[in-house]
Amino acid sequence: MSSTTAGLLQIGVLLVALALVHRPFGDYMARVYSSPQHTRVERVIYRMTRVDPDSEQRWSTYAYGVLGFSFVGIVFLYVLQRFQSLLPFDFDRGDVGPGMAFNTAVSFVTNTNWQSYVPETVMGHTVQLVGLTVQNFVSAAVGMAVAIALVRGFVRSRTDRLGNFWVDLVRGVVRILLPVAFVFAIVLVACGVVMSFKAGVDVDGNTVATAPVASQEAIKELGTNGGGVLNANSAHPFENPNGWSNLVEIFLILVIPVSLTRTFGTLVGERKQGYVLLSVMGALWGAMLAVIWAAEAHGLRPLEGKEVRFGIPSSALFANATTGTSTGAVNSMHDSFTGLGGGGALLNMLFGEMTPGGVGTGLYSILVMAVIAMFLAGLMVGRTPEYLGKKLGRREVTAAAVSILAMPTVLLIGAGIAAILPGTQGALNNPGAHGLSEILYAYASASNNNGSAFAGITVTSDWFQASLGVCMALGRFVPIVAVLCLAGSLAAQRKVPVTAGTLPTTGPLFASLLAGAIVLVAALTFVPALALGPIAEALL
Amino acid sequence: MLRQVAAGLRVLLVLTVLTGILYPLAVWGVSRLPGLHANAEAVDTTLVAVDREGDQWFHTRPSAATLPASGGSNKGERNADYDTVVAERRATIAHREGVPEAQVPQDAVTASASGLDPHISTAYALLQAPRVARENGLTEDRVRELITEHTDRRAAGLLGEPGVNVTALNRALKAAP
Repeated sequence: MSSTTAGLLQIGVLLVALALVHRPFGDYMARVYSSPQHTRVERVIYRMTRVDPDSEQRWSTYAYGVLGFSFVGIVFLYVLQRFQSLLPFDFDRGDVGPGMAFNTAVSFVTNTNWQSYVPETVMGHTVQLVGLTVQNFVSAAVGMAVAIALVRGFVRSRTDRLGNFWVDLVRGVVRILLPVAFVFAIVLVACGVVMSFKAGVDVDGNTVATAPVASQEAIKELGTNGGGVLNANSAHPFENPNGWSNLVEIFLILVIPVSLTRTFGTLVGERKQGYVLLSVMGALWGAMLAVIWAAEAHGLRPLEGKEVRFGIPSSALFANATTGTSTGAVNSMHDSFTGLGGGGALLNMLFGEMTPGGVGTGLYSILVMAVIAMFLAGLMVGRTPEYLGKKLGRREVTAAAVSILAMPTVLLIGAGIAAILPGTQGALNNPGAHGLSEILYAYASASNNNGSAFAGITVTSDWFQASLGVCMALGRFVPIVAVLCLAGSLAAQRKVPVTAGTLPTTGPLFASLLAGAIVLVAALTFVPALALGPIAEALL
Repeated sequence: MLRQVAAGLRVLLVLTVLTGILYPLAVWGVSRLPGLHANAEAVDTTLVAVDREGDQWFHTRPSAATLPASGGSNKGERNADYDTVVAERRATIAHREGVPEAQVPQDAVTASASGLDPHISTAYALLQAPRVARENGLTEDRVRELITEHTDRRAAGLLGEPGVNVTALNRALKAAP
């Protein structure tokens, strides 16, 4: 069988698996977030943490919950790294320095999982498990909670209550992420992924580092986190040993973002509303996959930075899945991709991570973009726009615009300053246009909470550690607060009845409008920067 | 706000116990089962390869890793300095195997993503076969048999790409009669 045929069949298997799973799983998630019942485990957790699970919160309290929880998460993870030498299983890797510890703490709490450190020589097993694995779970659950709060904004009317953040957080972890991650961690061990508390294994007289990989690997993909337990991430045979594990990991990356569109459709009471979002996500995702695959198949050095067992199709598929979601795990080194292939991965992030986006973040980002698209449509016909029975007035559109513009703002300011700083030249691993792409990719990855890298760039200077950390934080929390504000004002409204003047949001017209808005916003914002980086490189 | 921070700390600590201690321990516990233990501890693993010096061995792909860590070169395809490195590798390999440079396959001159890629292409394995046979006092046919035996096919016939596992092949070579 030719490589292309096998690659196409693999995509077919992946899509069939997602098609089979997204309905029951999406409906299950809808029940998780709307059920009035608490499980026994959850009740114990609420009692221990003195949280009243039956009280509901205003949007501002919900937002304070997200911010407060994330803040203590950053502090806890920072302290854990700074005192690593006191912890067991540290293998004398020492305390992590302040710049790196700050960057890493922000990175994992914001679901970015950008890594300025080399895990094998910097992180011991205790920080990996008690610090990083935990944030892999909870940062994902925070994203889903915010998405669900926004959906409630559309569903509810004339209320100032959006749900309870602590309940949404705990349910996301206990009922969704934990059971699925546990099952797939075992599946991954069966595929050959390691799960060892030793520091390393002997391979023909050389020591190769090991770690308790499988438990983190499963949630790393499922929660669209992406931080490798080992430096080479999912290209490392201990994280991703073969074609089976590779397919499982790609499936895990996509399963929640895809299924959440079903959850959305179910919760708003009209499943088509979810499918139209999924169709837009799927169309852009498929188009970008074709671009990356074709570009990599025609590269000058197609196997540089790729593993033989994955070759071109499985590397392109993984790259598209990881950058179309906000995962950032890699099974090949994107820095060695062609101008167009690497540019495709970059563009996936610049779309704002909604094709299909990260867990929760993808859904709320595309809903915000739907608000923008309806606003644009409303301008064209001179009507106050509506979406899902809610009027989109000044407050709603402002919140949506703030949410959309946060990422490009911090990205371009950060990358712009980095490009003119004298020290940056020495941090690059490649000359010319590709060097600029390395800078752009770094800030795109941080600002979109993706976490993948053109990894040749050395980001251990104070400037990079600090500025990328700030980009990750602002790229995460500004949109979250704006989205919750949007949810609050939507929930306060009464539903407006559907009239002959209402633009239906289940058909191809709306889908084209939404896809157009996504592409247009990205194009208008980033074409000049892209022209100097990947486009220039592709045309050379 | 302060109340939410305090609640956040309590929830974080409880979830840390659940997802940072109990969960990995549960996975670790299951990984002790007889069928899974060897995978989990990477016992005699052939998942990774580190190049062995000496003409009697099959060579791996070039590696940019600094052991015990892993990693790739991250060199872009328009990097002229790296073109020189690749050209040197090609010349060295052509000389070592006594073939024209055009016969040296791509995977032989490019660094893998992990720096620990256990596989090489069948073409690169066959290119090395005459030398390895000579140095080990084996027939070329026997060495080619070993290559076939240690070729990993696509999983389920369609996932990933085939490749020859160098670590397994070299170990088999050592034991071969």
